[in-house]
Amino acid sequence: MNDFIAARSQMALSLGFHIIYSCIGMVMPVFMAISNYKYIKTKDPLYKHITQAWSKGVAIFFATGAVSGTMLSFELGLLWPKFMEHAGPIFGMPFSLEGVAFFIEAIALGFFLYGWDKFNKWFHWFTGIVVGVSGVVSGILVVSANSWMNSPAGFDYVNGQYTNIDPIKAMFNAAWFSEALHMTIAAFAATGFAVAGIHALMIFRKKNVTFHTKSFKIAIAFGAVAAILQPLSGDLSAKGAAQRQPAKLAAMEAHFHTEPYSKLLIGGIPDTVNKKVNYGIELPGLLSFLVHDDFKTPVNGLDKIPQKDQPNVPVTHYAFQLMVAIGMFLLAIGLLYFFALWKKREWLNKSWFLKLFIAATPLGFIAVEAGWTVTEVGRQPWIIQGVMRTSEAVTPMPGIHYSFYLFTLIYFTLSLAVVFLLSRQIKMVPELYDHN
Amino acid sequence: MLYVVIIFLFFSILLYFLLGGADFGAGIIELFTSTDNKSRTRRTMYKAIGPIWEANHMWLIIAVVIMFVGFPVIYSDMCTYLHIPLLIMLLGITARGTAFSFRNYDAIKDDKMQDLYNYIFVYSSFITPLFLGIVAGSVISRQIDPGAIDYLSTYIFSWLNWFSVMVGFFTVALCGFLAAIYLIGEAKEQFDVKRFTKKAVIMNAVAVGFGGLVFIAAEHENVHLAHWIFGNPVSLIAVIAASLSLVLLWYLLSKGNTKVIRILAAFQVTMILVSVSYRHFPNIIMVKGGHNLSLLKDHAPMATINDLGWGLLLGSLLILPALGYLFYSFQTKQSRAN
Repeated sequence: MNDFIAARSQMALSLGFHIIYSCIGMVMPVFMAISNYKYIKTKDPLYKHITQAWSKGVAIFFATGAVSGTMLSFELGLLWPKFMEHAGPIFGMPFSLEGVAFFIEAIALGFFLYGWDKFNKWFHWFTGIVVGVSGVVSGILVVSANSWMNSPAGFDYVNGQYTNIDPIKAMFNAAWFSEALHMTIAAFAATGFAVAGIHALMIFRKKNVTFHTKSFKIAIAFGAVAAILQPLSGDLSAKGAAQRQPAKLAAMEAHFHTEPYSKLLIGGIPDTVNKKVNYGIELPGLLSFLVHDDFKTPVNGLDKIPQKDQPNVPVTHYAFQLMVAIGMFLLAIGLLYFFALWKKREWLNKSWFLKLFIAATPLGFIAVEAGWTVTEVGRQPWIIQGVMRTSEAVTPMPGIHYSFYLFTLIYFTLSLAVVFLLSRQIKMVPELYDHN
Repeated sequence: MLYVVIIFLFFSILLYFLLGGADFGAGIIELFTSTDNKSRTRRTMYKAIGPIWEANHMWLIIAVVIMFVGFPVIYSDMCTYLHIPLLIMLLGITARGTAFSFRNYDAIKDDKMQDLYNYIFVYSSFITPLFLGIVAGSVISRQIDPGAIDYLSTYIFSWLNWFSVMVGFFTVALCGFLAAIYLIGEAKEQFDVKRFTKKAVIMNAVAVGFGGLVFIAAEHENVHLAHWIFGNPVSLIAVIAASLSLVLLWYLLSKGNTKVIRILAAFQVTMILVSVSYRHFPNIIMVKGGHNLSLLKDHAPMATINDLGWGLLLGSLLILPALGYLFYSFQTKQSRAN
């Protein structure tokens, strides 16, 4: 494995690991705040127990997310020193604000986790809200830094020099809103379905049914609403990509040839040698419609982009297809849930119904990973779109593959540990939180 | 505004050393506690650092962010030449943070897993400040050599030298000392107060010992440490103040004071940091061959520094009161519970 591929793999691994923890760290506090609110309002101790059970989970995820985030802030420099040297002053603003937001999150979490029955109950509740809000703000800020890499702004690049730097303009680059929106909704959808799925499994096994049903309801409400909204924000993101990163959009769609009535592709195996797609379903004109709002105007294909500036087409395409397929499935079962709530209450405890949600447990996170693969692999070979190549940014230090193996081992171990701890938390629910 | 940013950088590094250091130190103390008393130490420690440890480590994040936004060239050089010790430090931070939360949040507490978490926690508490100290020593050791051509002298000997390693051990001993002093004030029973006092004495002696070795190693590696510290009035006063405060600390401790000694210990570490960094400020990385990296020269464009400064100022308006209240409320609630 050469050093460049090792560095990219290590970065991908670290981000792929961190993103799960940050999504959960953003969203779970919101769930906690809701159940804590219900507890304060109804005095039903079950809600207190749900909040406490969740907060144990949050503490585990937050600690893991905090250390993997610390790791990332160093890895940016350890793996991509040339990138950070030039990009740091331009796109660093959201990172410094994120540092502030994250700090506040950690302080509020200290109050929330250790402050049960020690503070005024509304103050305690409020600190939970602060954890959630600062978590979401951190997420938005980090994504805004990433969106700058896709849509660089706030500087002039003349003869290899970066001049006229404006960090605020860089932060509010053209892609920040659509990317931040897409990611925030994705975090709610993925976490909502994952949490709901775990509780659905416990309901299915007839364990502490009331406890798990109440928990399920809070989680799925967020997951389902997010899944229903997500296609709208996805449309916004894709239109943005068409405008700013035509290579990425073309790779997502495996769209080799620029022609009128551009086809939307569903599935298919891209053949990059012969520039065609096998076994896909093609819907003529639909891609043109999605990008330009009319069926005829051609969408730029890969033929408009020099070979050396093209991303890996199959990877980007498969990741995109996977993300969309999961998104559609979650949308469907989200609608089904609301339908059951409205018309068919008896479905809610049917085993086929629960099985659907159990099956969906990991799907949201798989979609999140796939989505990040689209945005990151789809930007290649650039680290800063159109300005700096990823290969120019990599550290000169040889032997990065050892570091990659080490990180793989660590993240693998940590993932196992977290799964192990969560399963023990769930196993202890009857003893700790719900004696009935 | 550049000075505002530099002051924030200095304080976040200092606070990380003090708060994060005491935090690491708690693990070091646990490492050097006899098996019989380990669980007592653990209980005191959990009460003392449980609610605040995450926040303590945020100072590192703030320092790193200031570095890569405000001083990108310095950050990128550190990351290149000190890749390996930084990496080990990060692994230590990861292992330690996760082991600490896992042992508290594992729903089942009475099996072998607790031993494993403890084992990881105490050793990573030792390794992390060791490498933090090595990094701190390396940046001023003049062993970083951009002109080096082979792997060893570029990426290994930049940090693996007597001076950096001795600074590493000195840092470990200081962390242990800070933690012992802190834990004295947290201990509920006289038995524990005595134990932690003894630890403080040992850590103090070890720190003095390694402090001496740092000077010897500095001479050996041609680092003009003695000249930096004794060659100018500010550093000299800082060193004297540190030594006097140490005497005062032991006097007060013998009188049974447990709170003022914390301030004195923190003051001491601050003075050590001031006395070392004053002479070569604004140079932050001393490179072989003399091209030093300076905070006043090698910074980001002023537009960035201005925005960063404002961001930090506004951010600290939010952070500092909240953090102060966090420390205050858990301190008072703790003592009310006693």
